[in-house]
Amino acid sequence: MVLGLLSWAIASSPGWSSVQQSYFDPAEARLALPEVAEAFVFNVRLFLVAEVTILAVALVVAVIRVLPSPALMPLKLVAVVYTDVFRGTPTILVIFLVGFGFPALRLEGVPTSYFTLGLIALTLSYGAYVAEVVRAGIQSVHPSQVSSARALGLTYGQAMRLVVLPQGLRRVMPPLLNDFVSLQKDTALVSVIGLVEALRAAQVRASNDFNFTPYVVAACFFIAVTVPIARFADWIALRQLRREQGRVLG
Amino acid sequence: MRRQATERAASLLQVEAVRKRYGRNDVLAGIDLSIDTGEVVCLIGSSGSGKSTLLRCLDLLERVDDGTIWFEGVDVTDPRINADVVRRRIGLVFQAYNLFPHVSVLGNVTMAPRRVHGRRRREAQDEALALLDRFGLAAKAHVFPDSLSGGQQQRVALVRAVATRPRLLLLDEVTSALDPELVGEVLSMVAELKDEGMTMLIATHELSFARDVADRVCFLHAGVVHEQGPARQLLDSPREPRTRDFLRRFHAR
Ligand SMILES: Nc1ncnc2c1ncn2[C@@H]1O[C@H](COP(=O)(O)OP(=O)(O)OP(=O)(O)O)[C@@H](O)[C@H]1O
Ligand SMILES: [Mg+2]
Repeated sequence: MVLGLLSWAIASSPGWSSVQQSYFDPAEARLALPEVAEAFVFNVRLFLVAEVTILAVALVVAVIRVLPSPALMPLKLVAVVYTDVFRGTPTILVIFLVGFGFPALRLEGVPTSYFTLGLIALTLSYGAYVAEVVRAGIQSVHPSQVSSARALGLTYGQAMRLVVLPQGLRRVMPPLLNDFVSLQKDTALVSVIGLVEALRAAQVRASNDFNFTPYVVAACFFIAVTVPIARFADWIALRQLRREQGRVLG
Repeated sequence: MRRQATERAASLLQVEAVRKRYGRNDVLAGIDLSIDTGEVVCLIGSSGSGKSTLLRCLDLLERVDDGTIWFEGVDVTDPRINADVVRRRIGLVFQAYNLFPHVSVLGNVTMAPRRVHGRRRREAQDEALALLDRFGLAAKAHVFPDSLSGGQQQRVALVRAVATRPRLLLLDEVTSALDPELVGEVLSMVAELKDEGMTMLIATHELSFARDVADRVCFLHAGVVHEQGPARQLLDSPREPRTRDFLRRFHAR
């Protein structure tokens, strides 16, 4: 209803025909589609790989931060500084610094492929966020769970892997998936270091034709991928709620 | 880890002058206690007397500040000892069951046999099912713990501990969290374990149960074993005034 009114108001506004021309030109969309689609494959690839590396970094950092051993104090300090620094720095800045800084070092073995650089930057930035989510999950598991696991003879590592993490991660699944929704969007940020991904492809197209329709096409691709993840997150959250309230077995 | 040189042949468990303090609170102030294989010992004492603390120290979940614990002739308070290896041979069941909510009853029972004792999945499952069956829980093997009653959960927790074949089983007020009508099923299971020859140290407020099942009862007071003796003798005609006090107050409730 509201949406209908809104679209009617927009469509009947005096500037509509020119906006439609430059943003929703069907001919232009048809032209841009294959290029943007081809570039979008890159976004998806980056997203899929980054998901894994981010989760790995986050798990390691989160576990280091909750370890009870005082002997690991220096390592814990590193983990704290890492999360503080990278949670405080805008992702786009991290991408700039890594994307232009690493190659400038001209060190042996430092990756120079833009894909790898973008991956490193996103992993550093998102790893810090996701580590905090994972840590919250770990800490939501009652310490008596660890006690009873240890009492059965499990090592600390086994207790973590078999008892704490499965429970903790399940509990933070919705916020975790939300972070991945925003990660999928932020794969567009790597265009700032010259990577040709969907946004960049749209940009090139748009400036050639003096028409913004390619941007809208790119937006549609991002929406098409993030909406299912968001729905999945909702579904997980709902199922969890039901489970906690109704003790439904799954 | 290899056995230490400091071995001695005696009781299964021997506790000597064990101390544990939290801040300025001397919870254990020199505990002496020994348990022979096959013996069932009940630990009584008012709330806060340190029963749970003692059991956690014996299972090496807490480090003692002073004193020695000999288990199977090995000084397990030696810092070089691998505590995980000791814990494998001791079972501990808590007041609040502490089952793992994310795995089934069967998963709870087979976790330690598989992951700690290296049993094959099938083998561990067959043994677990046999144990569950013996204690009337076979129908519950594939459900999640939170669909069980408190009594059932505690019986699963007992089965989970027994499945690791402990040389010593520590029970910490296993019926205190239960509704009165569920206490019986758990206590009869404990009695059954005794009949099978399980060595147990049981912290409990169930004095009539202690009278029936314990070979010996220890009264914990002010951080020490204040009085101990055969169950009937200690519970019916204690020698120490403080023990008498405790029992009188207990029965007056
Ligand atoms: N982790 C801890 N930190 C500080 N104090 C503790 C800790 N654990 C136990 N205490 C204290 O030690 C004392 C003994 O506690 P404990 O739980 O061993 O008693 P209990 O005999 O098991 O009592 P209950 O019958 O209520 O279970 C209490 O005063 C308690 O407050
Ligand atoms: Mg207690």
